[in-house]
Amino acid sequence: MTFLKTLKQKFKIKRTRKLNRSLYGDIALFILLLLFGSFSAYPLIMTASNAFKPLDELFLFPPRLFPRNITFDNFRDLSELIGNSWIPFSRYFFNTILITTLGALGHVIIASMAAFPLAKYRFPGRSIFFTLVVYSLMFAPQVTATPNYIIVSKIGLIDNPAAIILPAIASSLGLYLMKQFMQQIPDELIESAKIDGASEYRIFFQIVMPLVKPAWLTLIILLFQRLWITDGGSFIFSEELKPLSYALRQIAQGTIERAGTIAAVSFIMMIVPVTFFIFSQSRIVETFSHSGMK
Amino acid sequence: METVDKTIHVPLTWSQRLIRDVKKSKHYYVLMAPFAILFFTFTVLPVLMSLGISFTYFNLLEPPQFIGLDNYLKLFLEDDVFIIALKNTLILAVVTGPVSYLLAFVFAWLINELGPKLRAFMTLIFYAPSISGNAFLMWLIIFSGDMHGYANAFLIKYGIINSPILWLKDPKYMMLVIIIVQLWLSLGVSFLAFIAGLQSVDKTLYEAGAIDGIRNRWQELWYITLPSMKPQLMFGAVMQITTSLAIAQVSMQLVGFPSVQYAGHTIVTHLIDYGTVRFDLGYASAIATFLFIVMISTNLLVRQILRKVGE
Repeated sequence: MTFLKTLKQKFKIKRTRKLNRSLYGDIALFILLLLFGSFSAYPLIMTASNAFKPLDELFLFPPRLFPRNITFDNFRDLSELIGNSWIPFSRYFFNTILITTLGALGHVIIASMAAFPLAKYRFPGRSIFFTLVVYSLMFAPQVTATPNYIIVSKIGLIDNPAAIILPAIASSLGLYLMKQFMQQIPDELIESAKIDGASEYRIFFQIVMPLVKPAWLTLIILLFQRLWITDGGSFIFSEELKPLSYALRQIAQGTIERAGTIAAVSFIMMIVPVTFFIFSQSRIVETFSHSGMK
Repeated sequence: METVDKTIHVPLTWSQRLIRDVKKSKHYYVLMAPFAILFFTFTVLPVLMSLGISFTYFNLLEPPQFIGLDNYLKLFLEDDVFIIALKNTLILAVVTGPVSYLLAFVFAWLINELGPKLRAFMTLIFYAPSISGNAFLMWLIIFSGDMHGYANAFLIKYGIINSPILWLKDPKYMMLVIIIVQLWLSLGVSFLAFIAGLQSVDKTLYEAGAIDGIRNRWQELWYITLPSMKPQLMFGAVMQITTSLAIAQVSMQLVGFPSVQYAGHTIVTHLIDYGTVRFDLGYASAIATFLFIVMISTNLLVRQILRKVGE
């Protein structure tokens, strides 16, 4: 606290925050944020509130932003529908947990391992490899979808969760962010560990990895978000290996009388990644402050 | 950190030096190996394969047959649907690309003026749509073609229109709907990068600027903030360009696949059509290769332009 106080005194933060700011500008800013903030939040609030509305309120106009009679019927219907399918719900849930956990952990480990030498050393092939990684940020994964299918089937990974996990853990965005983040680790730290006789691997696991914790979380979340919505696509066709979002999407394929259930599904799909983000926001923003490109 | 040994006096040839450096760096290659192998298998190799397959006729069942440039000729000279897809993709990219980039920056900038708690909250509000799974399907209800669609009901109530508009079925409105929803979804990682970049601008620069005669927030933005954030602006541009050229999910889920008169068709939906529905993989690869070239060259071009800004 005293540190903060001296810092405030030193930089006169109270006064500088109002530097070059007019009242009219602040009012305009407030109105703009309110307007666009509502535009951004409205569909999400409606998605959440529809999940808790009874059916008669769902079709009411004007639509109510918040339900009058909060009900959990939609979630009950959803669990009934799932209970009636011949694959137990827990199976879909397990598949998604497996894919997201293995994917996110694998991604953090192999992306950090590759990011460390790229960030801290010079060696033959380094700049070519990193250039390829940056170029791969410039095209969307849809470009490689067709050959990826051929490769996955040639390796024999069709109908295996690895078909989804392996391509995802080599995500170049994660490597890029991790490398940029590692660049701020002072060279002296690594140098002195080396003088103490530590091997490259020890330096990586015992010094570098603990220092880049905020970036771990970012990589985990980015990959989690990506794998959370995967439905297995054309890679997984066995019903018992399909992930949760596939099952939920099947249920959502219903007609008007399923509107409540669909709302419940959308709510579940939305709330998990959003909750994750809420709890890790500050560390994610910290990681992105090093995301810059030359 | 420099790993080249300065004590060697005998001049080595280029290849000898290379071999020596590679040997010295073996630990680095070991560390990079797992990622590199997967990256080459699932990113680099597919790009090369796509290029190769685009010169063949290939349906997965029979071995590919070399047919030269036929796929590309057909794509540009005979395929009218592709021309529609190309036109739509360009419209979507030209509108959503720059607009979403600008919005991401403007909102990040406005949010940066707020206190920490409110800033975190507004960041969540703007970023949440891009991570909310299929919550964008709420727009199906908003733009529903009957009287119950929120947009229709609203416009009718205030007398702007008399009869409901078929937002998702009328080719006149489809692109508008896709653009709105895509913009709603577009404050993604580049937005986070901008927020982070704004927070890491050296605060003392603002004080120094005030002493040097900067009088309002616009001058501050132009002379201090933007130049300090150039790397993040570059990163954000790459992210927004790539996303805006690959629009497909929103189109397929909202206006249908294929959409009425292909009015919501894009290059990526065309690619999906040939790759996973018709199984003409040679043709799909030609589309993919074309899209790859468009994405890379747009990115490089915009990077060149952004580099010039403020120099």
